[in-house]
Amino acid sequence: MSEPIVTRTSATNALRANERRDFMSYMWGFGLALGLTLVPFALVQWQAMARDPLLITIAVLALVQTVVHFRYFLHLDRKRKREDLLLVLFSTSLLIIMVAGTIWIMANLAERMTPI
Amino acid sequence: MISELFKRLEFYLDARQNKEIFIYPGLNLGVEHSDAHTQAEATVFGFWVFLMSDAIIFGMAFATYATLLHGTADSPGPRELYHLGPIFIETLLLLTSSFTFGMASIAMKYKHPTSRLVGWLLITLVLGVVFLGMELNDFRAMFAAGGLPTQSGFLSGFFGLVPLHGLHVMAGCIWLVCMLGQIAVHGLDSETKLGLLRLALFWHFLDIVWIFIFSVVYLAGLA
Repeated sequence: MSEPIVTRTSATNALRANERRDFMSYMWGFGLALGLTLVPFALVQWQAMARDPLLITIAVLALVQTVVHFRYFLHLDRKRKREDLLLVLFSTSLLIIMVAGTIWIMANLAERMTPI
Repeated sequence: MISELFKRLEFYLDARQNKEIFIYPGLNLGVEHSDAHTQAEATVFGFWVFLMSDAIIFGMAFATYATLLHGTADSPGPRELYHLGPIFIETLLLLTSSFTFGMASIAMKYKHPTSRLVGWLLITLVLGVVFLGMELNDFRAMFAAGGLPTQSGFLSGFFGLVPLHGLHVMAGCIWLVCMLGQIAVHGLDSETKLGLLRLALFWHFLDIVWIFIFSVVYLAGLA
């Protein structure tokens, strides 16, 4: 009669392992995001770089941090159903087209309309 | 023979417990929460679609801000109006609140005592409210320094973007209070679990929008 108890214990252990994995996901996400936040704030605080490389560094770190949040907080990765990732990628492409398009057209317009 | 059978049963249960079936974005409740888990697929996917359309709205607000950035019309610009210190603290508050909401999700998924879930949610709520208070204080300091939305295109763009995120956080806080009320009245039934799953997605999503606000608006403005 002892076997079912053993079974239950090992099932509980498996659940604990899953819980630990989920917990570590949030810990990794928090740690990485913290680092990716501290670095650009420090760079700007102490003006550690020339302006253009600084702007590029801020942009790259922001994109990396976004991926970290999606991966560790929203648990979005290739293990999921593919539709979810497709939805995010499609929305991202729409965003890039509309945001980059708006900035391009409006900057061009401003340049052409500025009286010399 | 019998022990062989039990071993097989054990193996089967292990496989069942170990194999996580991911059917929707965010932390999956898993087969332990059978009702909520199966309902969640369509509900959470629908909410995910909403979040992506909300992301488009934020994207356009960012594009508007970028377009108007140089139109300061001789009124105070980013360097006079932005202060890195409070923004840094607000960033840490929001990031920590994302983490504490993650802890709440784990407490719900692994059926910890409800008091622990409520505790994590309360910490998250406090962090959200402190964030809002600090942000309002920033806006007040900007007003005092002559940074009113009517002053210039740059300031209109700023106040179209950053308070939009603040309003979302406020909506998230109100929603969180509603979820605490649902837990108090109905306990952790399937409806409540589904609500918390969606609120978690919303909260993490707002933290992602904030990454772009502190990078594009504040850090790039002061770089």
